[in-house]
Parts: sequence; C-alpha cells; structure tokens
Amino acid sequence: MTYVPVGHDATDYAPPAETQEPELYHPKTFIGKYIWSQDAKVIAIQYSITAIGIGVVALVLSWLMRLQLGFPNTFSFIDPSAYLQMVSMHGMIMVIYLLTALFLGGFGNYLIPLMVGARDMVFPYVNMLSYWIYLFAVLLLLASFFVPGGPTGAGWTLYPPQAILTGTPGAGWGIILMLVSLAFFIVGFTMGGLNYVVTVLQARTRGMTLLRLPLTIWGIFVATILALLAFPALFVSAIMMTLDLTLGTSFFMPGIISQGKQLDYGGGSPVLFQHLFWFFGHPEVYIVALPAFGIVSDLISVNARKNIFGYRMMVWAILAIGGLSFIVWAHHMYVSGMNPYFGFFFATTTLIIAIPTALKVYNWVLTLWRGNIRLNVPMLFAIGFIFTFIHGGLTGIFLGNVAVDLALSDTMFVVAHFHMVMAIAPVLVVMGAIYHWYPKMTGRMLDDTLGKIHFWITFLGSYAIYLPMHYLGFLGVPRRYYAMGDTYFVPESAQSLNAAITIAALVVGVAQIIFFYNLVRSYFKGEPSGGNPWEATTLEWQTPETPPTHGNFGKDLPVVYRWAYDYSVPGAEKDFIPQNEPPSPGAGGAAGSHA
Amino acid sequence: MTTTLVALAVVMAVVIGWLLRQTLGTRPWADPRTMAAGDPSVAGLPMPSIKIGLAVFMTVATSLFALSISAYLMRREGADWRPVAQPLVLWFNTAMLGLGSVCFEWANRSARAGRAGGVTRGLLAGGACTLLFLAGQYGAWRSLEAAGYYVTSNPAASFFYFLTALHALHLLGGLWVWGTTLVRVRRGAAVRDIRLSVELCTAYWHFLLVVWLVLFGLLLFT
Amino acid sequence: MAIAIVLVLLIVGTVLFHFLSPWWFTPIASNWGSIDDTIGITFWVTGFVFVAVNLFMAWVVLRYRHRKQARAHYEPENKKLEWWLIGFTTLGIVAMLAPGLVVWAKFVDVPKDASEFEVISQQWHWSYRFPGRDGVLGTVSTRFIDDANPFGLNPDDPNGRDDVLVASQEVHLPLGKPVKLRLRSKDVLHNFAVAELRVKMDMVPGMIPYLWFTPTRAGKYDILCQELCGVGHFTMRGRLVLESDEAFQKWLAGYPTFAQTSARVAGDAEAGKGHYAVCGACHGAQGEGNPAMNAPRLAGQGDWYLTQQLHYFKQGIRGAHKDDTHGKTMAPMAAALPDEAAVRNVVAYIATLPDAPAPAAVKATARGRAQYEANCGTCHGAKGQGIQAMNAPRIAGLGDWYLTTQIRNFRNRVRGAHPDDKYGSQMGLMAATLVDEQATRELVAYVNGLR
Repeated sequence: MTYVPVGHDATDYAPPAETQEPELYHPKTFIGKYIWSQDAKVIAIQYSITAIGIGVVALVLSWLMRLQLGFPNTFSFIDPSAYLQMVSMHGMIMVIYLLTALFLGGFGNYLIPLMVGARDMVFPYVNMLSYWIYLFAVLLLLASFFVPGGPTGAGWTLYPPQAILTGTPGAGWGIILMLVSLAFFIVGFTMGGLNYVVTVLQARTRGMTLLRLPLTIWGIFVATILALLAFPALFVSAIMMTLDLTLGTSFFMPGIISQGKQLDYGGGSPVLFQHLFWFFGHPEVYIVALPAFGIVSDLISVNARKNIFGYRMMVWAILAIGGLSFIVWAHHMYVSGMNPYFGFFFATTTLIIAIPTALKVYNWVLTLWRGNIRLNVPMLFAIGFIFTFIHGGLTGIFLGNVAVDLALSDTMFVVAHFHMVMAIAPVLVVMGAIYHWYPKMTGRMLDDTLGKIHFWITFLGSYAIYLPMHYLGFLGVPRRYYAMGDTYFVPESAQSLNAAITIAALVVGVAQIIFFYNLVRSYFKGEPSGGNPWEATTLEWQTPETPPTHGNFGKDLPVVYRWAYDYSVPGAEKDFIPQNEPPSPGAGGAAGSHA
Repeated sequence: MTTTLVALAVVMAVVIGWLLRQTLGTRPWADPRTMAAGDPSVAGLPMPSIKIGLAVFMTVATSLFALSISAYLMRREGADWRPVAQPLVLWFNTAMLGLGSVCFEWANRSARAGRAGGVTRGLLAGGACTLLFLAGQYGAWRSLEAAGYYVTSNPAASFFYFLTALHALHLLGGLWVWGTTLVRVRRGAAVRDIRLSVELCTAYWHFLLVVWLVLFGLLLFT
Repeated sequence: MAIAIVLVLLIVGTVLFHFLSPWWFTPIASNWGSIDDTIGITFWVTGFVFVAVNLFMAWVVLRYRHRKQARAHYEPENKKLEWWLIGFTTLGIVAMLAPGLVVWAKFVDVPKDASEFEVISQQWHWSYRFPGRDGVLGTVSTRFIDDANPFGLNPDDPNGRDDVLVASQEVHLPLGKPVKLRLRSKDVLHNFAVAELRVKMDMVPGMIPYLWFTPTRAGKYDILCQELCGVGHFTMRGRLVLESDEAFQKWLAGYPTFAQTSARVAGDAEAGKGHYAVCGACHGAQGEGNPAMNAPRLAGQGDWYLTQQLHYFKQGIRGAHKDDTHGKTMAPMAAALPDEAAVRNVVAYIATLPDAPAPAAVKATARGRAQYEANCGTCHGAKGQGIQAMNAPRIAGLGDWYLTTQIRNFRNRVRGAHPDDKYGSQMGLMAATLVDEQATRELVAYVNGLR
C-alpha cells in the first residue's frame, strides 16, 4: 500500500459519498422513483399524505367526541370507554403523527433543500428510512384500534398509574402498541431530524449565509433541534413505562390498590413521569409552532410585497423561544402535586417567553403596515393565523400565571386555549402553505374561489368552536368528561352551547372536503402556474423546472447574492429581486445601494 | 432535571455562541458579500457532513442519557431505594472499554498516517475489547441476579439494568458500523477510503467511554 | 376588504360575547377572591392587547391593500420601535405576573390555625377522614388497606383510633375557619376540584399534596375529579356542604371513629333465620329469588351490599320513588326489621344460604361482552362477582329481568338519584350511557351468563 501523507486540514477532506454531487441516486423504475425514493421532495409528499391521512382519522374521532359532548347519551356506540379512547387517540395523532410529521417531515423535506439551494438532503438513504419507520409507527398506532381492548384511553399524556391499570381502556395491548409506536416514531424522526439539521448547516449553496436564510428555514431548523433534544425524554419515559407494565418494575408505580387488591408495585413516582413527559411535551408545542411562525412570516412578506419587519429580531426571537421552551415545562404541572415552590420559577419563565412571542406578532403586523397587501388565499390564511394566534397566545398568559391556573386548569378553558394556539393557528398556516407551495409542487394553481370558501368556513367556523369553549371553562366545566349529568353549577344553557359548538365543528370538518376536492381537481385541471406565480424571492421559486426535478437546480447550483426579503427595494425595477440575482450596478438592489 | 438542564445548557451555549460568531453584527439586507461565480466560499463548515451528523447524533444521545440520569436521581429520592452492591466485574469492564477506546485511537492514527496494518489491528483489538466489555456487562447482570437483585427487586436494580442496557445498545449500533468497516478492510479497501469511517468510530467510542464513565461513577457513588 | 371588515366584526363580537355571555365564573365560596382579582387584571391587559393589535391589523389590511401603482415602503427594521414594544410588553407581563405570584405565595403558605382533614380518592369515589378529639390524624399506608380497613389506617397507631371515618361522597365543613386538605389517593391520579372554591390539586398515590381555603359562603357544591382516572372518571362526584360550625359538629358526630368501625359485631345467623322467614316468602327459602314476585336472588350477594340496601329501604332512600313499583313493596318489609342488630342477623343468615346459581340460559354476544368488559367489569369484576372496594355489588346470577329493571330505574333516576344514596349517582351516570335497547339486552344477556 502506498503511503499517502494526508494532513488533517479543513480544506482537503474527501467529501463523503452522500454529498458528492454527481452521485445523486437516480432511479429508473416507478417504484424507485415514487416508493423507495430517496428524493426529499418525494419523501416530503409521502410524509404529507401519510400525516394528513392519519390526521383525517383523528378529525373523525373529534367529530365523534363532539357528538357525544353536544348530544350526550344519544349515540349508543360512544360508550364512556370509547369516548376516552377517542380523546386519547385524537390528541396523540394530531400532536405527533400529524403536526410534527407534517411540519418537519413534510414541509421540512420539501423546503429545506430547495430553499437553501441544495440538490437533496445530505443523507438521502437515511431520509428514506426515516419515512418508512414513520409509516411503520403509524401502522402500529392504527393496529391498536383492532387489538383486544382497543387503543389506549389514558389521555394523550398517558399518565401512569392509570395508563397501565385495569379501569383504563386499552390498558393492555393498546398502551403497549402506543408506546412502541412512539418509540419507532422517535427513532424515525431522529433519522429525519439529523438530515434537516445537517442539511441546513452543510448543504447551503454558495452565498447563503445564515442570515440570508428565509425564516421558514429558521423555524424548521430550530424546531428540529428542539425535537432532537426533547424526544429522548418521551423515549425514556415510554421505555420505563413499558418495563413497569411488562416486567413489573416500579419506575413510575407507587404502592396502589386496584379493584380492591394490593398490587406488587411500590415506591415509584407518577410525578417523575410527568416531569419527563412535559420536558418533551412543552418543547413539542414549539416544535409545531416554530415552523408555523417561520412559514407564516414568509407568506406575509411575499404577499405584503415587503421584507419581513425586523428580520434579525425575528431570528433571535425564534432562538429565544426555542431555548426558553426547555425551562417552562412544569407549567403543565402547577396542580400536579409537585413541590409548590416550583410554581414561582415556572410562572416567571413562562411569562417571559410571552415577550419574544409577542414581538413576533408585532413584527408580522408591522410587516403588513405600509405594505402593498395582496389578499390572496395564502395571505387570508396568514391573517387568520395572526388573529387566532393572538387569541390563543393571550389565553396562554392566563394558564401560565400559576395563581390563575389554579382556577382554570383541567377545565374546557385549557382545551379551548391549546386548540386555538396549537391546532387552529398552525393548521391555518399549513393550509396557507399548501395554497402557497402547491403551484411549485404540481405546476398548477389551486382554485381561488374554492380556496376562499374553504378559508372563510374554516376560519370563522373554528373561531365559533373555540371562543365559546373558553367560557365553559370559566364556568368550571372539566375536560375529558364523557357527560356532565347533573351538576349544580352547570346550567342547561351550557348544554345548548355544547350542541352549537358541535354543529360548528361538524361544519368545519365537512368543509375540508372542499379543500381535498380542490387539491385533486387542480392537480388535473388547475391553471398552469409558471415557475414563480407569487413573484417571490426565495430559491425554490427560481428552479429551472416546475415542479423541480430530482436534483432541484439543473446543471449548476444557484449562487446567492442577497437575503430572502428584497421586496420593493427602492430603485429596483420590479418589486422583488430573487436571491440568486447578481447585483447589477445602477439597477438598485439592496446589496449595493443600502450598505 | 437539573442534570439534563446543565447538559442542555452546554449544548445551547455551543449553538448560540456559534450563531453569534456567524451572524451578529451583519445586516443581511445590506450584506456586501457578492458571490461571484467561481468564488470558493462554501456556506457549510469545512468538514464532511457525516461528521456533523455524528456530532448531532451524539448530542441527541447526550440528551437521552442526561434524561435517564435525571430520572435516576429523582427516583432515588423514593423511600424504597436500596443501593445495589456494584459487581466487581464492572472495574474490569471499564478497563476493557477504555482499552477499546485506545485501540480505536491507534487505528485512527494509523489511518491518518496511512498504515494499513495498524488500522486492521487497531480495529480488531478495539472490537475485541468492546465485545469483552459487553460480555462483562452480561456477567455483571448474571452476578446481580445471583445476588438476588432482579430487575423488579428494587428501583436501584431496575435502573442498573436499564442504564447498562441503554449504553450497551448504543455500543451495538457502533459495532455495526465497525463491522461494515472491517468487511471493507477485508475486501481490500484502501486506507484513505475507510479513514473517515475509522475516525467516526473512534469519536463514537470515545463518546461512549465518557458516557460509561459518567454512568459508572453515578452507580458507584450513589 | 372583506377580511378587514370581518376582523372588526370578530373583535366587536368577541367583546360583546364576553360581556353578554351567561357562562361565567360561579359565585365564589372561599377566601380566594384574590384569584378572581388576578384573573380580572389579566382580562383587562390581554383584552386591551387583543383589541388594539387586531384593530390595528384590520386598519392596516384595509389601508394598505394591493393597488397597481402602489409600492410597499422599504424598511428592513426599526430597532427603536421594536425595543419600545418589548418594553411595553414586559410592563404588561409584570403587571399580570406580580399579583399572580403574590397570590401563589399565599396559597403555598398554609395558615397556622388551619384545621386539617384528609380527602381520600379512589376509582371512582371519595371518602374523608377527620382527626378525632386529639386533633391528630393517625398514620396510614396503602399496605393496610383491605375490606375491613378501607381507609388503610395503621392499627397500631394510637393517634388513629379516634379518627372519624366518613365513608360517604359528601363532606361538610364549617364556615369561616381555614382548613388544610391532605389529598390522598389509593390507586391512580385524581384531582380535588370545586368550581366555587377556585383552588384544585391533583391527588397522587404515594404522596400527599395539599391545598387550603377558608369557606365563606354556605351552600352545597359539587366536588369533581378533574384528573382523568379511567372509565368512571366522569362519575366521580362528591359533594361539599359549607355550613355553620354547629351543624358541622352535628354532622361529624354521626360518623364512627376508627375504633368503632374495627369493633363491628358479627351478625348471628341463627337469630336472623327468624327474620328471614318473611323475606323467604318472596325471595325464596334458599334466597334463590323469584321472578314471579319480582324478588331478586339474595344468596351469594355481598353482605356489605345487603346491609347498605336494607338501610336505604328503611330510610326511604331506595323504594321511595313513585315509579319504583317493586321497590315500594320492599320498603315496608325492610322497615319491619326493628334495629341494627336485626339487619346484621338477617344478612348473616343470608350468607349461610347455598350459592348455587342456575346455569346460564341465554347465549351471550361479542358486543355484549365487549360492552361489559369496557365499561362495567372494572367495578363489578370480570366475572360479575362484585367488588366491595369499588362499591359494586355482585351482578352475576341476579337474573336478566332484575338487571333490566334496575338499569332502567337507574337511567330514569327512579333509583340512585336520592341525595343520600352515596354511590347511586355513579351507576345513574353509567346506566344513562345505555341508550340502545338492543345493546342493553345484549349486555344483560352477557352478565346473565357470567358465573
């Protein structure tokens, strides 16, 4: 063997196969292209379809729950046991299997390589595995509907001891499948997450400095880091709970009585589980919210024809929120019986996190201010997001303030709050984003009229569901109750209100058919969109082909000369300058004249 | 949770410090950098992506172990906690894992110097030490069982099995990469083709050694 | 255009809804008015932000909507404006957080003169324990819990001997005196919550969280479990009665101490045989029951349940409803048992009768079985054998006709709705879930087949 002296300098490394440009994996067959695909864009669509598919299951579950709450003791197939199973599966699917998977696996996969100017993710094979493991996790979850005892009914928080004891639906097979499915989800997600982080760090094209990244990428990037650090908490607690259930260890199980009999457990701490769960659970809120923040920033900027206001503050706000999200978890546990002195610390950190969040809201509105606002469908969804997010954010201040939480925790107020802030607001962003990027993904526009109908029903309908629900919470109506029966403090009118909420929920749910119809119809009959229908600056709109082919950017990668927000630059000919447009002396352009 | 928070604070400090160096003070809308064609400046860090990937993965694993340790320390406050007498074989295991790490370092240095023989011997010795470590860990389990500490006997024992198993699983993952590298060496791959793999394995083994030392110290002193 | 108008309408609508809504906090019944004040402050601050930011957004959307010739203003950032906004937001946050922390400090710190009692939760009912004359609660452990000692008191602890055990969903407290609640759970997580008190806290097995309050307004209030605790979560209702100290003392005196409950006398079966002669006329000489007389099977039923039901019949808690045709027959019979000893003896005699249920006649369906296992089995037992600790009687072998009648009675509030029926309301809520006649039939058929 010849001796090759190789130094260890930064410049001489041999690039690993995964990033070697000419070695992109080019499949020939249909199966290679669309099934076992390593193209991030195909994987993104696989993730999105799977996530939305399972999301529809969760949506149907929510209808059934609402039917029970609106019209109690009317439907014989919703017994108390089934109701709890619906509550639990609805929550878990929506938070993890829909929103996390869709924002990071779906939008992350599609947008990261395109927006940073890369050909693909840096580890395409691992990326493909990530999807298939996710799909397996989803199938395990679905399988739990068909095992003896059905899926778990322990609530999406899966608190022990009840999660693994008789008296909770699905305490045998259901909970095991749930925990195993979560473990697989986390493994699959970690594979994808490695890709997202390393691609943003390593595969940016020339000139794409960190502060030239669009906020969408910042949101997804920081959310992925949060997820990578937080999911291990869920992983550890899922394994320890599985051991408690199968082997009889006592990590979380204290000495207890079940059905009048002493169990063999002893000494374990249910509160320990809650600490681990919420150490994951609170960052999880921002894992969903930060990508939504990022995407909505770009939707607003593009359609206001104005740069995002205070870009640097927006980036630092994302980082601050991400960092703070790790030291607020116990605000979910003010009344959990933990040491009450923790309340002071966590109330303070929680309310501090409101400051960067509020700043983001101000900057969105200030981006609109003095803009030239195009009120197209994505923009409508973005405005709807701001409105619902303000509402949900402000009600969060109630619950974050420990003394107020005493009165409101475990009531319908909590349900209304987190749906407003974590369900409606991000879902409005998801929909806006689909209207925005669908032309890039298919080369066709979604139908505008159908889009507007869809927006109005969804936005107004959702507000009609969740605004009144807060007031049931003020009254003291508890969450996760199958029926209220006779309760002194709950008046008859509350039942009518519940019925009205149910009707609104059904209408909003059914209205999504318009959306799905639009997605399918426009794929075949939509107006051709061209490469850059919104006149946007970011790289994904500058690809030579629409939809982009494998490799994204044709022969040469784009070179970036400016940040992502050169809209309405004074002196420029058009009101937007793409990121890859070189500065030409005299034509204006921020890089030259505004230094 | 303090342990976890300290670990995360370190991670965050690294990330934010790096970002500060990269970004602070630039005004992106007026960034004068023009990337003329042919300009060699690449946006990423000057090292193979797979190394960054491994670093990110080790950060995730750090979070996982930090959380497990937090759980251990919190559960330890329970009234039913009875410390487990640590089997003596753990000292032998620790030595084996340390030796394995040294062997990998030897393989790594040989790879850098292009010495094929050193790479093969280093890899083989490192793997052998690791297998001995794993066998020794299994021995530790058996001796605990013989002493009457089953996984359900008391929480300290449960955690012993849990933490050692978690660590061993990570080593098994490393051994898989080690195995594929070894196969490539056997098939006659050039030293510089496997240099990166060897380097990654070495970093990973050092990491798992540190994790084991922390876990061992924890089991020993609490 | 439309969106700006709609935003304004939504803001106005939200404010109107807020002020016109009939759904609002219940009138407070404790000293925690300061929580309401903090909520009030939070409402004003957040309400202002909600209206101001959204109105501004609506105006901006209207004013700067797209025009062909117009061009957006170019302004990358405005540090000064951003810092001002951060400053104002911080002020608002401090204004909300500071009073909250002050209130929390009061909540954490229990007054020295607070008297202590214990709330005990289990799937799916409540019970309570008051310290006796010595003012000290005896030590407890889950390990001591069994049917004879459901509160799990340490039999060797002298402090526990005089503890008053309230085996009832209802608890009374005197007005004007601060109380500290020790919250103890026997099995899973529960949460002690009364809307009118404003305060709530989880009950965690293995530890004793606490909360305190001073009752200020007399009345009856619902105690709800507000931490998901299994299938019966929504049936876990207690009642809190706030009243004068005098009335409270009288109520408390009606409950036995631990010493008294452990010294229960066994019934005399021989003496009970005589009383049973009357019973046997309907229920059969062997307690085997007689559908023709609408008399259920008694042999094999738990003695605790028979005792409880006899008391209910005697006290007009059961069998007093005008629609309870067969219950009305039973009430005078039970009244014929002169005293506590007679009840004890007749129950003891029934316990000696042979427990030989007739073989199951009806074929059970999978649906009936699933229904039973999901919703009934946890309390009544997988074999319908009844579990005293769950306050659930034996239902196996009772006869489908009897079960059908009782489910209907519970559902129609003919049975179990009396305020003194301690655990009847749970069964009422569960029976109300059986809305489909066919499903009920299949369920009863399955139970009928259980042995």
